Amino acid sequence: MATIAAPTQAGKPDAYSNTTGIWSWIATTDHKRIGTLYLWTALFFFLVGGLEAVIIRTQLMRPNMGFVSADTYNQLFTMHGTTMVFLAIMPLSAAFFNFLIPLQIGARDVAFPRLNAFSYWVYLLGGIFLTVPILFHVAPNGGWFGYAPLTSNQFSPGNNIDFWVIGLQVLGVSSLAAAFNFITTIINMRAPGMTLMRMPMFTWMSFVVQFLLILAFPPITVALVFLIMDRFFGTTFYAIAAGADPLLWQHLFWVFGHPEVYILILPAFGLVSEILPTFSKKPLFGYNVMVYSGIMIGFLGFGVWAHHMFAVGMGAVADTIFSMMTMLIAIPTGVKIFNWIATMWAGEIRFTVAMKFAIALIGMFTIGGISGVMHSSPPADLQQTDTYFIVAHFHYVLFGGSIMGILGGIYFYFPKMTGRFMDERLGNWHFWGTFVGMNLTFFPMHFSGLYGMPRRVYRYDAGQGWDLFNLMSTYGTYLIAVSTLFFVWNFVRSRTRGAVAGSDPWGAGTLEWSIPSPPPEYNFAQLPEVSSRYPLWDLKDPAKTAGIDHSHADAMTITDAHAVPVHEETERFTAKELGIPMPLPTAKPLFTAVGLMTMFSGLPFLRNDMFAVAMTLTIGGACMLIGGLYAWLTSPLE
Amino acid sequence: MSDDAKHATETHHPTGNQYLKIAIILTVITAIEVWAYYIPALVASPLFNPALIIMSALKFAIVVLYYMHIKFDHSLFRLLFTASLILAMCTGTALMFLFGVFKL
Amino acid sequence: MASHAAAALHSASGADAGHQNGHEHHHYTTTGLDNRKIAIWAFLGSECMLFASLISTYLIYKGKSIVGPYPTTEWVNEAGKVFKPILDIPTTSASTAVLLMSSFAMVLALQAVQLKGKEIAATASWWERIQRSSQFWLAATAFLGATFLGFQAYEFTSFVHEGLTLKTNLFGSTFFTLTGFHGAHVTVGVLWLMSLLWIDRTRGLGPKDELVVDICALYWHFVDVVWIVIFTLVYLIS
Repeated sequence: MATIAAPTQAGKPDAYSNTTGIWSWIATTDHKRIGTLYLWTALFFFLVGGLEAVIIRTQLMRPNMGFVSADTYNQLFTMHGTTMVFLAIMPLSAAFFNFLIPLQIGARDVAFPRLNAFSYWVYLLGGIFLTVPILFHVAPNGGWFGYAPLTSNQFSPGNNIDFWVIGLQVLGVSSLAAAFNFITTIINMRAPGMTLMRMPMFTWMSFVVQFLLILAFPPITVALVFLIMDRFFGTTFYAIAAGADPLLWQHLFWVFGHPEVYILILPAFGLVSEILPTFSKKPLFGYNVMVYSGIMIGFLGFGVWAHHMFAVGMGAVADTIFSMMTMLIAIPTGVKIFNWIATMWAGEIRFTVAMKFAIALIGMFTIGGISGVMHSSPPADLQQTDTYFIVAHFHYVLFGGSIMGILGGIYFYFPKMTGRFMDERLGNWHFWGTFVGMNLTFFPMHFSGLYGMPRRVYRYDAGQGWDLFNLMSTYGTYLIAVSTLFFVWNFVRSRTRGAVAGSDPWGAGTLEWSIPSPPPEYNFAQLPEVSSRYPLWDLKDPAKTAGIDHSHADAMTITDAHAVPVHEETERFTAKELGIPMPLPTAKPLFTAVGLMTMFSGLPFLRNDMFAVAMTLTIGGACMLIGGLYAWLTSPLE
Repeated sequence: MSDDAKHATETHHPTGNQYLKIAIILTVITAIEVWAYYIPALVASPLFNPALIIMSALKFAIVVLYYMHIKFDHSLFRLLFTASLILAMCTGTALMFLFGVFKL
Repeated sequence: MASHAAAALHSASGADAGHQNGHEHHHYTTTGLDNRKIAIWAFLGSECMLFASLISTYLIYKGKSIVGPYPTTEWVNEAGKVFKPILDIPTTSASTAVLLMSSFAMVLALQAVQLKGKEIAATASWWERIQRSSQFWLAATAFLGATFLGFQAYEFTSFVHEGLTLKTNLFGSTFFTLTGFHGAHVTVGVLWLMSLLWIDRTRGLGPKDELVVDICALYWHFVDVVWIVIFTLVYLIS
């Protein structure tokens, strides 16, 4: 819907010369810059969430510690979960979606560059809205899945939950907008010859994730709308006294919540599927099956939500169906694990830091996956639910899986993003500290959990067999924290001091490595014409890709007059020199995002009887939103 | 594939008179629905709810196929929409089973 | 696929509103389809899930209200006051018909935009002539949409007078939220249609803008089909 009226832009000053300074970031519509903004912001929130974890673990270090109060503890574990899921891992994945998808499919930008900027700004503002309250001790305190009626006015009367429910609603807008954008980008912006079955595995997994996003976010949007209505306008969706069902929230939340788990893990799977072939010097084993199992995981992911609720007593039929579906989903996941191992088998393996993180994902995710299969059985789950065993399980899949994959991805793609390597020696300290630290933290939780330690308690008595395990977990957390400092130092320093990397520093095979590092604003001077899954290996080392499909059937029929066969682009130009029209920089998406956030931020004032303030913010925000949208949609893109 | 594409670019949509016929059909179905609602014997019949759902689904399909011209458009749109619709219906039905709206 | 992609590309490049400034350059797309149309279909898919959640909740809570008024049965409160069944089928049937007619007006608006500039026979009837007026049909669609909203406003206020608000019971909460959500969608649609009408009046919409109108039409028809489902499941079914 981009442009309805398009006035001529003759005589406009050259917008592209303005490439530095704060304005160049505020007004950017370049997917690579937006990816960079996502990366920095998400890493910041990752540190915030990590700091919350350090405080939580310090409180639990020994029995009956008094480091923080019960209320503070509730805020900490709620914000740790919310931050890590919505503000760290999802946006870290989004950083890679932004940076990588257009490069991997041979596009010059995403389908809707300004919508992309809008997604980022909404995320940033929503993240700030959600995080700042903890500084004033009014952070959300109802757990990251905010079970209603616990989060209704009756049991959570303060402003705390307001920030959570509104913050999540706003973040949902960001995720949805981004997902429509990437679906369109992947369907419609692929370079000539880039058929679906030639797309790099990261793009494939991201593609699946975008569908999960557009189909899983509406149920939680509805659940949050009900909660907002209950909290601010007196409806009775979650009021048990009025006849409401206490399971309504749980079902709607987990209809979203389980696909969300795959939203968190599949991008990391995708990254690992790029790293392993590169450092094994072999094409990915069983590409087709990897694609199908990714789709299968996404599809089955919608049919397993109630396994989060075995303890509520849904009855034998529901328990059986959801249990079987949950066990089924282990099959495509297992297939992926074996294919990664087979990819490495007989490869020329180079143990770089990125490769170590990727291999760590295989091992650690498998442990988390196996404990997951354990509680897919309702009788076992009844013993494990709400204990530290569950905490151990999902940290093995989220830390051992998602975070390991994303960290590997950062080491792997840092040279492409900045033109410089991250330091391998510091990286090794980071890797080993994180690897040992995470096992020291989360493995003992299996035991404290099976010994009966419930999650979300702020202290516990000695002599229940939990003391040693908790002490180990706390020391493990400290080790992760220290090794993360190595990472932060490495990340910040390598941007300017790292060894210079060429366009293809790792000898990888996919399109993003055929252009200079960091990529020029236009990405590809000439649209590449793709004839296989690893076009660069075809070019440099054809023996490596001899075994994979190169058939040109139907693929080369997608043609474009301007496209040329894949080649290494080494020279750098400006888009202007090449005559490539680029999206104009604009702050309208930011303005619109501020309008959206302002509109929602009026709501909490209703609780404090500040009706005038609430109305001013809501109406003012709505006007900004509508005005911003009109200005945006009626101005030319490029 | 090429047929779909042809439709996507060259318009093969129905004409104004055909659109008018579709509008009349939709109105007639709606009239039948409302009429049935006022006949107690029909409402008491076990076929009342299924019949209403079928009529509603028929109207839904007609609007999507003709007014939203998904019948004449690229198959990709059909895929995007029907896949989401099926998933939405399955999820909604499963939820209603879980809350005991239907009994097995 | 080759020929169609290329053909689509060339026919699309003229229609791409971003390129009225005479760029030689064209945007290549893989499928030859316009990005915006793919995005709107993905969006409508997502909306299916949204309304499925809302409608399911309404049905799950149907008959669970502890106090009245109830949708289709009478209720007497402790004080002996009698509350009639709330739902007003004749009025809602009328508003449903109005919304269906607006969809008809919408397809004709799109057709008028597509046919703009084509010769029309001197002997053409008034019906053939009026089919060529995109402004008439856009205005008609917006007017019928606004009429639907008027019906809804009337319905909501009369329910409140009869003693049913958001806060009264589960029926009130689910009913107002579900139909209110739909009403909000209609409102967005009416604003969108009025924007198109304004553009049509100021600079004129022609075949090159087909896609801009088509996207709005898809959204509008979707809002209509959602109402078809709501009308049956909320108002008629027992």
